[in-house]
Amino acid sequence: MSTNTIATPKPKKPWRPTPKALIPTYLGILATILGTWILIEFTGLAGKLGAFASAVFLTTLISSLIAGLQRGKQAAKNAAVAAIITSGALVAVFPVVSILGTVIARGVKGIYLGFFTTDMGLASVNDPLNVGGILHAIVGTALMIVIATLVSVPLGISTAIYLTEIKGPGTRLIRFLIQAMSGVPSIVAGLFIYSALISGSGRGFNGLFGAFALAILMLPTVARTAEEVLLLIAQDLREAGLALGATQWRTVAMVVVPAAKSGLITAVILGVARIAGETAPLLFTTGGGDVTNLNPVDGVMGSIPFAIWKALISGSEESNARAWASILVLLVLVMVLFFSARRLGKVRR
Amino acid sequence: MLEEKASSTPKPREITTRPRVSDKIFRAVIFTGALSSLVILAAIAIFLGARGFEILAREGLSFVTGYEWYSSINADGTSGDDPSVYGIGAMLIGTIVIAFIAIAIGVPISIAAALYLNFYAPNIIRGFLVGVIDLMAAFPSILFGLWGFNILMPSGEYWAKLLHKYLGWIPLFDVSTPFFSRSPFIAGLVLSIMIIPIVTSIAREVFSQTPLDRIQAAYALGATKWTMIRAVVLPFGYSGVVGGAMLGLGRAMGETVAVFTVLNIVFQANFQILLGAGGNVASMIILKFGEASAEEIKALMAAGLMLFLLTLIVNMLADLLVSRTVKQGR
Repeated sequence: MSTNTIATPKPKKPWRPTPKALIPTYLGILATILGTWILIEFTGLAGKLGAFASAVFLTTLISSLIAGLQRGKQAAKNAAVAAIITSGALVAVFPVVSILGTVIARGVKGIYLGFFTTDMGLASVNDPLNVGGILHAIVGTALMIVIATLVSVPLGISTAIYLTEIKGPGTRLIRFLIQAMSGVPSIVAGLFIYSALISGSGRGFNGLFGAFALAILMLPTVARTAEEVLLLIAQDLREAGLALGATQWRTVAMVVVPAAKSGLITAVILGVARIAGETAPLLFTTGGGDVTNLNPVDGVMGSIPFAIWKALISGSEESNARAWASILVLLVLVMVLFFSARRLGKVRR
Repeated sequence: MLEEKASSTPKPREITTRPRVSDKIFRAVIFTGALSSLVILAAIAIFLGARGFEILAREGLSFVTGYEWYSSINADGTSGDDPSVYGIGAMLIGTIVIAFIAIAIGVPISIAAALYLNFYAPNIIRGFLVGVIDLMAAFPSILFGLWGFNILMPSGEYWAKLLHKYLGWIPLFDVSTPFFSRSPFIAGLVLSIMIIPIVTSIAREVFSQTPLDRIQAAYALGATKWTMIRAVVLPFGYSGVVGGAMLGLGRAMGETVAVFTVLNIVFQANFQILLGAGGNVASMIILKFGEASAEEIKALMAAGLMLFLLTLIVNMLADLLVSRTVKQGR
């Protein structure tokens, strides 16, 4: 043990405001809270909007007043804009909180074990909540997602490989078209499949057609995300592959794609998340059955969005509760997909 | 034998960039896959056009400008006395009105959120908020519809009444009958929330491309944060943000389920946005599809083609604007 301990000076933070300098800030916060209360209590403003609007207004006013008194006109403007921009960001996030809260609060009432193991084949919309379930919809959505993935992933990833690896003729055009395609309204995809495969052909609705419509919507998401992922792969890896004497397809297949594997999986997951809740295209293609149907090429097939749609349209109290329960299931599915995609995306970087 | 080989000069090896057979096959396969977007977009236009051609040819320009939608043929094949008339003019106007309400509300909020995320937010909050807004982009539209109908609509009605009470002298906020439920204003409100994530993420990307030296130059000249944003960030990001707003516009025009849930669809051109009557091409197609006759289906296909072309043009313009700004920064 050494005896001469070095006295380490305590780190100082001279940029920290002194307690005295913070007094106006605290007073300002107090004044805002008080002022908001007074405004709500003594004027006609009512409801959450009124409270929020008056809080924003007073925060803006008081913070700019303090800054103005301390540091002049420019500082006052700066503080006012900062308050407005921050409240804008709050407004943007508020719907998510409200949506999550509402769906969870209303959805759990309709969930029971049988909800996942029975279908609506023998239940009517007015039956109590402990009869019937959405097994048919879960099965249908799962089958359609699998088929849509099988169709759109090869096309989407080869588009991405063409844009990043081959860069042949028409690269710019194809990139442009993929962007344009991602803006195609979902209802148009449904109408297109209906007009091309169902209308006038004598064929009925089935799950395969629904999956095709979903694949159209999934393709641009997969292609764009995969392209971004492939662009992140270091050029050195490609050159190393070619320098070892590999042909281009072996470089792509054995160097580039394995290196980008987790990113490509992210692309697929994001694509699935995009289509899992699509409703409009399925209304034109699947027919939306109430009975569990395992055959995608024969007969109407249910899906979670279609089940929600049906429950919503019929309008009885029980079916409304069922709609909320189904949307809770859908929301959980989408969130699981979303967070696993983010997780994988983080590992990559 | 051995001598002969040693004396002969080796044949010069040809160095070429010509791809091998395996690469040729690879490129052909990948190219075919890459053409899928072109093929699908063309097929959409061709099939919808072919099915809707009969109606488009008969109605001519009045398909776009006409306000009346009346099918004389019933679903069971019997024909009425009056001839069928198909015009989507009212619905087109409704689509545009609702989409503009959506961007009028949604874009300022998105710009504020993007500025906050880029220049104001502390690091921890930034990561969290970006995640929340991205998650919002993944929410299905039927969720927004259901939420909008049950939660947002009561508040929206109250706000509409306030607007009418205090700003009713502006023709836009006037109503002929006091019926505020299921109005274009409320549909636009729901759509404005749906486009916030798209517009915010594009505005965020555009703003983050602002050259750092210009930002620092502004600060060095004594700018406050706001004067820096006004003098550097906003001029730089202007066209990119306009592009982002147009992408939001395209999405709002094509939205079906959420609009159908909250809007009272009436065939008339309604410029009183607070009045509970309006239209939208996409939700009109859903409404009419169920009990449409074969002829009406053709008319719906033609309406779908118009919607497709409209959104395609808006999206392409938006994409050009966005990519120009983003490239300029890099």
